[in-house]
Amino acid sequence: MNIHEKIDIEMILEDLEHYRPKRKGWVWRTALPQTLGPFEYKDTSASLSNFQPLPAAHSFKNIDPQPKAVITTEIASGRFEDDIRRMRMAAWHGADHMMVIRTAGQSHFDGLIEGTPQGVGGIPITRKQLRAQRKALDLIEEEVGRPINYHSYVSGVAGPEIAAMFVEEGVNGAHQDPQYNVLYRNINMVRSFVDAASSKAMMAYGELAQIDGAHNANATAVEAWKVTPELLVQHAINSYFSLQCGIKKENICLSSVPPTAPPAPCMRLDLPYALALRDLFKDYKIRAQMNTKYMESSTREATVTHTLNLLLSVLTSADIQSTITPDEGRNVPWHIYNIEAVDTAKQVFSGLDGIGEYVQINRNHPKLSEEIRELKIRAICMLEEMLEVGGYFESVAQGFFVDSGFYPQRNGDGIARPVDGGIAANTIVSKNKRYFAPVEAVFGYNNVEQYNVTSSNPSTAIGGSTFTHPDWIQYIDELDESDNVYQRLNDTKPFRNTNTIRPEMEWLGDGIVLLTMMIPAKEDIAIAGALSVAKHMNLQEAEVISAEIMQLAEGTRVELKGKIEFDIDMTTLKIPPKKEVLSDEFLKDYLARYPMKIVAGTVGEDEHSVGLREIIDIKHGGIEKYGISCLYLGTSVPLEKCVDAAIESDAQAILISTIISHDDIHYKNMKKLHDICVEKGVRDRFLLIAGGTQVSPEVAVLQGIDAGFGRKTKGNHVATFLVKYRKDVPYEG
Amino acid sequence: MKRNDDIITRGAHLQHLDDQQLNERFWELTKQLVDPLLKLASTSTSPSIERSVAMRMGASSIEATRLVFLAQQQMILEYGIGHFLYFIAKTTKQSLREVIVAAQDELYFVEQCKRFKEAMQ
Repeated sequence: MNIHEKIDIEMILEDLEHYRPKRKGWVWRTALPQTLGPFEYKDTSASLSNFQPLPAAHSFKNIDPQPKAVITTEIASGRFEDDIRRMRMAAWHGADHMMVIRTAGQSHFDGLIEGTPQGVGGIPITRKQLRAQRKALDLIEEEVGRPINYHSYVSGVAGPEIAAMFVEEGVNGAHQDPQYNVLYRNINMVRSFVDAASSKAMMAYGELAQIDGAHNANATAVEAWKVTPELLVQHAINSYFSLQCGIKKENICLSSVPPTAPPAPCMRLDLPYALALRDLFKDYKIRAQMNTKYMESSTREATVTHTLNLLLSVLTSADIQSTITPDEGRNVPWHIYNIEAVDTAKQVFSGLDGIGEYVQINRNHPKLSEEIRELKIRAICMLEEMLEVGGYFESVAQGFFVDSGFYPQRNGDGIARPVDGGIAANTIVSKNKRYFAPVEAVFGYNNVEQYNVTSSNPSTAIGGSTFTHPDWIQYIDELDESDNVYQRLNDTKPFRNTNTIRPEMEWLGDGIVLLTMMIPAKEDIAIAGALSVAKHMNLQEAEVISAEIMQLAEGTRVELKGKIEFDIDMTTLKIPPKKEVLSDEFLKDYLARYPMKIVAGTVGEDEHSVGLREIIDIKHGGIEKYGISCLYLGTSVPLEKCVDAAIESDAQAILISTIISHDDIHYKNMKKLHDICVEKGVRDRFLLIAGGTQVSPEVAVLQGIDAGFGRKTKGNHVATFLVKYRKDVPYEG
Repeated sequence: MKRNDDIITRGAHLQHLDDQQLNERFWELTKQLVDPLLKLASTSTSPSIERSVAMRMGASSIEATRLVFLAQQQMILEYGIGHFLYFIAKTTKQSLREVIVAAQDELYFVEQCKRFKEAMQ
């Protein structure tokens, strides 16, 4: 792939029938302490070959330290072809675990879905979509230079078929936990556990990482922090069950969520549980999920909660760090929020790198150790009571799970399921003593002896299986003529490989934009007012997705989404030319031959000095290093003083820094500088240059000065301009 | 059921255990709880498991669904759909793929099923 070109979806769809995944099995990151830019890192893994670093990285030689934990992004737009593009963006930002959410209702679908129908809140997991996404990820992982784990769900009534398909198609990880079926999908518990053993045996064969379903209790329970004893029990049931089905401990991941969120004192509440969990399950892996239970529509609030979750991961441990998009409380996640969430994780891990050497949890604190111990005792008591009442099935029937009481307290509001109830009840068949399945990865009884077949690999009876002979797989392309990817691609054709663009949040060409505004009115008026604004702007399907009160009467912050229905023709856009930069050698040589002097200062009532010093100081790579003589006048310098100093020192240019931009004071100062020079009759002698974070180069020159420099300006940009446009020596390139 | 928090009395018998012993107790009880589930899974099969076996032997998802539906009708799921396919292929000297395709037809399936059931007695 060319990094400057969009991924070609049509190419991905070509000849999928014969596509085979490059590799199978889960890949962990390898810890690699290293030096990156000016810093030493302790908790990193190998850097990427292509990446998009954090915004502030431009101040640190564009380094992009990658944490040692696998980073998950959950993708759920409903159109796999658009999800592929999102996966590429996420991979560049640092995600190496693409978790594809399934369409609503697939759990209850008794069999596999085929083709490429559109999903709701996820995609229907079909062979064609898996193959297309795996093919795309095989290309993307080459592009970023790191293996990418592809993940979905082995649950529902068709778990074993999905597990088989995942092994065949090179899916690397999956959620698998029969308790999820039982509690949240009301699938019969006997069927769920029988199927789970078979699914897990196949996952073990394919070396998939497995994530359990315990985190759902957090999201479902009325008071999430009270289900912690039960969570330990749920993790234990699935972990031990999986181990006995052949999955190695290093591929059994506990899905753990810090149960609470601010304004609760969440770190203090969540810590004992996090430690008890890691204590009891020390040989297993931790998949640290972020809190979703207490997410509202504020993306800022969600990001802070998630940052605290990440701090907990750093203080305890995380082998997989999952990320939750901060917009999950308002809509199906958008592209930009997947990226935000991945960046939040990367940013926190970078910022806290190596902190474990200085900051450690005080495990000997009497209250903390007592709380850890108490949680374990509560969980053990729950296990004891489950055995007393007759075992797992009977406990579920009695509503032991997801009760809002802090076990052994019971509020009688748990999820109770009858043993013989639920979807697919009474579908289990006892194996006959002559039961035989001539394939690999069969769980439990398999009478291979009757045909003198080796028990280690029963598929020798038939010369292999689809696991070893992918050409045996029967590939089905499409079953629905009206609901498939080709129909959708036809609809989005105007936006692919053309000059036409529309803003996009979820799907190509969706036209969705987000508006943020402060309306100086109480909440209900502000919401109605925002919708009226949208109407005037001709936004279609406008909807307020967040409203936060600033003060009851003074105002409300409103965020609103809507759709535009016009297109942008790229060929009509005026694109400002890129800043020109002459080489360091050229600049030094030229300025040695034609010496130059400038005066500089921060003007107006403005005490900011850092930006200007970076432009002029030699130690920051400023213009001094090219031999330009700089007279720095300081901060809050009157404009007249700048001009007088330039006249007195016989300088060729005046550089002013203008950080404060309130009421356009920065532009007013630029105009005033120009006017003073005109009044004093020296305008022709000096180049007038202004810089600052809020300076637009185009608007600056409208004030009469020669150039404006905004964010990300470096000394070499300014030096290049000075050399090319100085008024005393014509530039000879 | 509603119950107040009685952890002090309920957990009294665990108070003398040290951390290591608590961890061991936790896993011992887990084993006691889960072993019967594993035993049940070992000796049982399901339509989905059998469809996954047929798929691994080279049936498409649609073919596997049909085969397991017919196997349920003929009450032979207890022997395994894979067993049936293997037996027919072996005794009729056809390839597995030929058997999978032929067995989509109910008449063929029922006919072969009779031979299979007799052999299983």
